[in-house]
Amino acid sequence: MSDNKPTDYGTPASTSETLVTLEIDGHQVTVNSGSSVMRAAAEAGITVPKLCATDNLDPFGSCRMCLVEIEGARGYPASCTTPVAEGMKVCTQNDKLATIRKGIAELYISDHPLDCLTCSANGDCELQDTVGAVGLREVRYGYEGDNHLCSEKDNSNPYFSFDPSKCIVCSRCVRACEEVQGTFALTIDGRGFESHVSPGQNQDFMDSECVSCGACVQACPTATLMEKSVIDHGQPEHSTITTCAYCGVGCSFRAEMKGEQLVRMVPDKNGQANHGHSCVKGRFAFGYATHKDRITTPMVRDKITDAWRETSWEEAIQFAADRLKGIQAKYGKNSIGGITSSRCTNEETYLVQKLIRAGFGNNNVDTCARVCHSPTGYGLKNTFGESSGTQNFDSVMKSDVILVIGANPTDGHPVFGSMMKRRLRQGAKLIIIDPRSIDLVDNSPHIKADYHLKLRPGTNVAVVTALANVIVTEGLADEAFALERCDVESFQKWKTFVSQAQYSPEAVEEITGVDAASLRAAARLYATGGNGAIYYGLGVTEHSQGSTTVIGIANLAMATGNIGREGVGVNPLRGQNNVQGSCDMGSFPHEFVGYRHVSDVETRKLFESAWGVSLESEPGLRIPNMFAAAIDGSFKGLYVQGEDIAQSDPDINHVHHALRELECLIVQDIFLNETAKFAHVFLPGSSFLEKNGTFTNAERRISPVRKVMKPLAGKEDWQVTQDLANALGYPMNYNHPSEIMDEIARLTPQFANVSYQKIDEMGSIQWPCNDEAPEGTPTMHADEFVRGKGRFMLTEYIPTPERTSSKYPLILTTGRILSQYNVGAQTRRTENVAWHSEDKLELHPHDAEVLGISDGDWVGVKSRVGETVMHAVISDRMQPGVVYTTFHFPHSGANVITTDNSDWATNCPEYKVTAVHVSKVSQPSEWQKQYQSFSDAQQDFLENRIPAGE
Amino acid sequence: MDNQNLVTMANNIGAFFKSEPDRELAIKGVEQHIRNFWEPRMRSAIIAHSQNHSDEMLDIVAEAVKRLS
Repeated sequence: MSDNKPTDYGTPASTSETLVTLEIDGHQVTVNSGSSVMRAAAEAGITVPKLCATDNLDPFGSCRMCLVEIEGARGYPASCTTPVAEGMKVCTQNDKLATIRKGIAELYISDHPLDCLTCSANGDCELQDTVGAVGLREVRYGYEGDNHLCSEKDNSNPYFSFDPSKCIVCSRCVRACEEVQGTFALTIDGRGFESHVSPGQNQDFMDSECVSCGACVQACPTATLMEKSVIDHGQPEHSTITTCAYCGVGCSFRAEMKGEQLVRMVPDKNGQANHGHSCVKGRFAFGYATHKDRITTPMVRDKITDAWRETSWEEAIQFAADRLKGIQAKYGKNSIGGITSSRCTNEETYLVQKLIRAGFGNNNVDTCARVCHSPTGYGLKNTFGESSGTQNFDSVMKSDVILVIGANPTDGHPVFGSMMKRRLRQGAKLIIIDPRSIDLVDNSPHIKADYHLKLRPGTNVAVVTALANVIVTEGLADEAFALERCDVESFQKWKTFVSQAQYSPEAVEEITGVDAASLRAAARLYATGGNGAIYYGLGVTEHSQGSTTVIGIANLAMATGNIGREGVGVNPLRGQNNVQGSCDMGSFPHEFVGYRHVSDVETRKLFESAWGVSLESEPGLRIPNMFAAAIDGSFKGLYVQGEDIAQSDPDINHVHHALRELECLIVQDIFLNETAKFAHVFLPGSSFLEKNGTFTNAERRISPVRKVMKPLAGKEDWQVTQDLANALGYPMNYNHPSEIMDEIARLTPQFANVSYQKIDEMGSIQWPCNDEAPEGTPTMHADEFVRGKGRFMLTEYIPTPERTSSKYPLILTTGRILSQYNVGAQTRRTENVAWHSEDKLELHPHDAEVLGISDGDWVGVKSRVGETVMHAVISDRMQPGVVYTTFHFPHSGANVITTDNSDWATNCPEYKVTAVHVSKVSQPSEWQKQYQSFSDAQQDFLENRIPAGE
Repeated sequence: MDNQNLVTMANNIGAFFKSEPDRELAIKGVEQHIRNFWEPRMRSAIIAHSQNHSDEMLDIVAEAVKRLS
């Protein structure tokens, strides 16, 4: 398989801009200074045999296969570790070198199982290729001597096997774990003949610190570390570049195929977000796409107490359209709406909001970003003028001080987390503001946070404003920057505000629990430590003051001049793959594509002209407003594409109540998710492998999603939305998603020059991409803020109404983990359950002791709105008084206990602060029993569905 | 719509804007925020509710709601 497989140049590219000319095998070669001889040869198309070298790892020089002869140099230096020099004359092939290489290959092969024909790497083995290249024909030592051929295989990891008998101890796996992933789970243990690769302390892979990113598997030149999918299916025969459908990093992958069988996902080293790295989800957890639970036939039913009835596509679409039209006729135009998904493509999302605005005739469209990063949109739009992060991921490599607040990059955005760790190992300083001791605090090798401000949940605004207080009162602000680039009146007003004594670190210490001296020191470091970059996540946004904290973060960046160049900036780490894109595409009820308010006359005229209908000038309902309107009887129909609001949204009893009130719920998804259990129409969705489109990641990078297999249900998702629009009488006639993107570009200034052709040419594009920035925009606000002058806003700390009491003495905060993704609909249907098979409650040993709870006990977690039961995990990652859980499994009911408190500006739910009571119990909660019963009934309705035509 | 919930939402908006020292700007901030983000039936509901329950609202919120009508 050669298509798309990039050349391995052996050693990394040099970043030097100085050129050096040398001679290799008689050819003049000009390369960047600092390149290795091996790389220079490879760039000139000259192959030097190698085993321990690969171009995403620093040169190591251990295998000695790449020896060359250099005029005037002693001996035979390794070309991988020898830098080029001006005028150097290199010979890569002569009789002496051939003899040496053959001798080395002979030693390797004397201790290697000669099962090439049945080996899983057959056809893709660097050892095989290299031995073939050097022309080894016999092994003079025989095969009877001491060897490693009986070494035991480690099959503990569900995704790859480790066969030490095939290991040549090149250390590529060990170096990949260190340099690429930053986990340091592998070592070479023993010396000489005893040398061997050891996960952890000679443990199985599963018992070691390994995070299963697969970098070692990718680096292995033999079949020692091999994907089990390749062992099962054989070598792939073609590949397509596409984009991961998991988190907001948006890694680029080669989907390696055998016909329509996906054999493996290999991160693309030319991927501009991930540079050839991946995590366990992106590389391995793709099995859900062909899981037996996939539903591939449309279904309808009159009531949710009926069994499902399979139908043709035409009947299901007509059923849905008739229902929606009937509801509008009975209850009015505004009685229906829809929800787009950050798991879907830009084109699909654009089409759903277009259907709602133009086809439904209202603005009742919202997206799952409502419950994650809507405060980012509000906060950054109001301060900087654009609802997006300011940097590319690579920017972190030029940061001197990294401030992470309410984010856990090594779990939530692991590939970017690895890049951040690399920069930290190079010496960048680290400030963490988080209630928990996340791994970056002190549980990552060679990394230790300089300051961990372990605040109480719900006090972000107090901490951020106190940081501002120190910066202003100690004279650390970059006044020149702020006065030149920002609105001066707002700056002066803000300085007066944050300088108040009530915001000093000492004054807020009692509220936040953060030691004043540490907070002062952290503020000084951020303001004066060089390039300061802020990275934040849902620990910032999912609060009653989420938008205020985002504003506070923007204020800090403006006040210190940490905006508008590489190495600095404000960087929201988006949760799902296309959160940025779904927001860009006009999914919010108050905005058209490109964040333009629906009340703006000129914008509305533009869309009315393009879409051929008059459009509503008032904002529509947000998701929580839809639920409220459903319960009060004024909202009766909902079209949900790719979201699972019945699991992901807070106060689930309230959500389920609202869903039961609907007269028509249409769910388009690849599985019968929790929301679909309340649905009347089920439209089968297509996985990211089955359609064309684009995703936009957290750095505004628009990347290609490409179809590698036919849609299992026969249609790509955009086609289904188009069919629904046509059945409702609003014509849509796209032939390909590229035409949808062309329309987006015509209507959206930030996307004006975006096209599929340009994406293919550039690999990906960071918007804005228009005539002012034809190649896209890696760093925003470089010379001027999008809104002109940056705007400082006041950030008064308002305590959340959710308080602890004698009845609810603990604070529950929720989050995510590495191996599972969001509601888990995808990852629960993969082998990732080996790492996380249920949601558990983490609590501090002190709280556990007081409550008489032991590790593994069943505990009831009760809040003011609900109760659930899960197993306990005792963990000192927590602070006393704070407990933690995830929401990846529906029956754990994490969102039964979260409340309907929400961000003042956006209604983003306050998932991060819920007062709870925890006690040891012996049986599931009443909610769990009732939900299990409901869920079982729905499963019966599915399994006993009436076949089409009966 | 749930009027109590709307009042809570409006007061949360008011709590953000009340730190603005210029009361007129604070009221305008609340008013504009509700205009920008609340669907008309929500606005109608809180306007109607405020006729007899303005005391449930922060003063700048009550004034902003009055200006919405």
